[in-house]
Amino acid sequence: MTHPLASRFPSRAALALCLGLLAVGLETAFAADATLPPKSEINPAAGTGATFHPPPESEIPKNEFGKMIKLGRDIMLDTPQYAGKYVGNTLSCVNCHTDAGRMAGSAPLWAAYVNYPAYRSKNKKVNTFEERIQGCFRFSQNGKAPPLGSKTLVALQSYSYWLAKGLPTDEKVAGRGYPDLAAPALPPNYARGKAVYEARCAVCHTASGAGRYVDGKTVFPPLWGDKSFNWGAGMGSYKNAAKFIYANMPYGQSYSLTPQQAWDVAYFMDAHERPQDPRWKGSVAATRAAFHDSKFSLYGETINGKVLGDIGPPKNH
Amino acid sequence: MGLTLNSPEYPPMSFLRAFRRPGFMSMLGLALCSSSALAANPAAEGAAIAQHGAGSAVPACMSCHGVKGEGNAAAGFPRLAGLPAGYIAAQLHSFAQGTRPNSLMSPLAKALNDGQITALADYYSHLPLPVAAYGPMPAPAMAATGQRLAERGDWNAGIASCFRCHGPGGVGVAPDFPPIIGQPASYIDAQIKAWKTGARRNDPQGLMHTIALRMSDADTQAVAAWLAAQKPSAPKAR
Repeated sequence: MTHPLASRFPSRAALALCLGLLAVGLETAFAADATLPPKSEINPAAGTGATFHPPPESEIPKNEFGKMIKLGRDIMLDTPQYAGKYVGNTLSCVNCHTDAGRMAGSAPLWAAYVNYPAYRSKNKKVNTFEERIQGCFRFSQNGKAPPLGSKTLVALQSYSYWLAKGLPTDEKVAGRGYPDLAAPALPPNYARGKAVYEARCAVCHTASGAGRYVDGKTVFPPLWGDKSFNWGAGMGSYKNAAKFIYANMPYGQSYSLTPQQAWDVAYFMDAHERPQDPRWKGSVAATRAAFHDSKFSLYGETINGKVLGDIGPPKNH
Repeated sequence: MGLTLNSPEYPPMSFLRAFRRPGFMSMLGLALCSSSALAANPAAEGAAIAQHGAGSAVPACMSCHGVKGEGNAAAGFPRLAGLPAGYIAAQLHSFAQGTRPNSLMSPLAKALNDGQITALADYYSHLPLPVAAYGPMPAPAMAATGQRLAERGDWNAGIASCFRCHGPGGVGVAPDFPPIIGQPASYIDAQIKAWKTGARRNDPQGLMHTIALRMSDADTQAVAAWLAAQKPSAPKAR
């Protein structure tokens, strides 16, 4: 079997020499670069064209409405603490919505607020903003939907409304969600993803993906396993995960991975088991057909000999 | 755990002052290092080096880091007491290897062998935390800036909140993310500046260098002062 580069070299010896030099060069370059941080942008907003900035927190009014805004902000920052009865895992909104939902390029709440009510193909109906947030608790937080009109939803809605001060409704707003990412040159791959994970993610999220806790508080969130988001969450789509990761991770080093690395490590993260989809239809096949019939979902696929999602019905909590 | 500051056999201060007489340290160091009992008992070895040094190249750690490993706020020498053992050991290796060059610590770290490093790290990690803050609360404007950076960061400038990685209240996440409370302000300030210039480059994946590059001198001074004004506390569960 000829080496892919063989056609460029006049002889095997020349090929071997060049590959050898390349390997040494790369190793030396990597060893040297291991002491330099990777190039990164200052935050996820870079390149999004976002111009909107939410008001500073010093401008939260000092009245009853202000208290509700602050509660919404606190729920974002420490969801198990401030909305615990609806939370079934150890994540907080801020883990995927940087800076308490203020940050362009990190699914900011101000951009979401002005785009609801809206039809969502996820549940095939027009959702109010409150209903959209219910989904966050049910799936990303592996919990229960807070009832419409509950203090938790009123607080988050108040906070989002306050963040969006002055932003026109129903217009495209730069910085919304996670920036688009071009399709990868190579199909995403578990082994390449694992290498990226070990080099760039494990220092915080640990090799087992379990995250780290101090005094019962989540410091670095779990990315898979029973304390992470469930199969119904948007982050379970590795396309969505790749977009989030490319713009937001490693923490503080936005856009320091290549797009291929982001796709690979997103695939790797989403190729692990996590709590069952609460919309369980009685079997993995039926649940996949109803909700995960996409190439970007590994639910129902066999990875490393196991069928992802084949863990029985959702557990009550 | 061997000889500790609280053991009844620990010598009183008058005896400790004898160590400052010239020649005394080397004599004692030689005597202690030749004891095979130390090599067999790492806990005792760590205490011995901390209190008496090791050979002529390694003075007693406590001469700069304090009798209880509390550091020296005026001189900017950091607290060692209660830091994670893995972190202390990593720093000693970094001093020796040059990824954290320091004119005082590097020659000294190079003179320690791996067993001594492990012993010292273990010894200091078990010392109790000091209870008092390491500096006064700065003036309200500086305190507000420091607190905001520590708790929320400044994402417009790309500065992540310190506590997001260093743990709630800055108590640290062992072994890679050390506590940032219970340290002198001048020490924290110096470290941020060292990451900024690249003089210190033992941070995993350059995470601190990345953040430090985005911090102004005013940011650095404010966060260092506010952190030093917090009472040191340990994670409740280790």
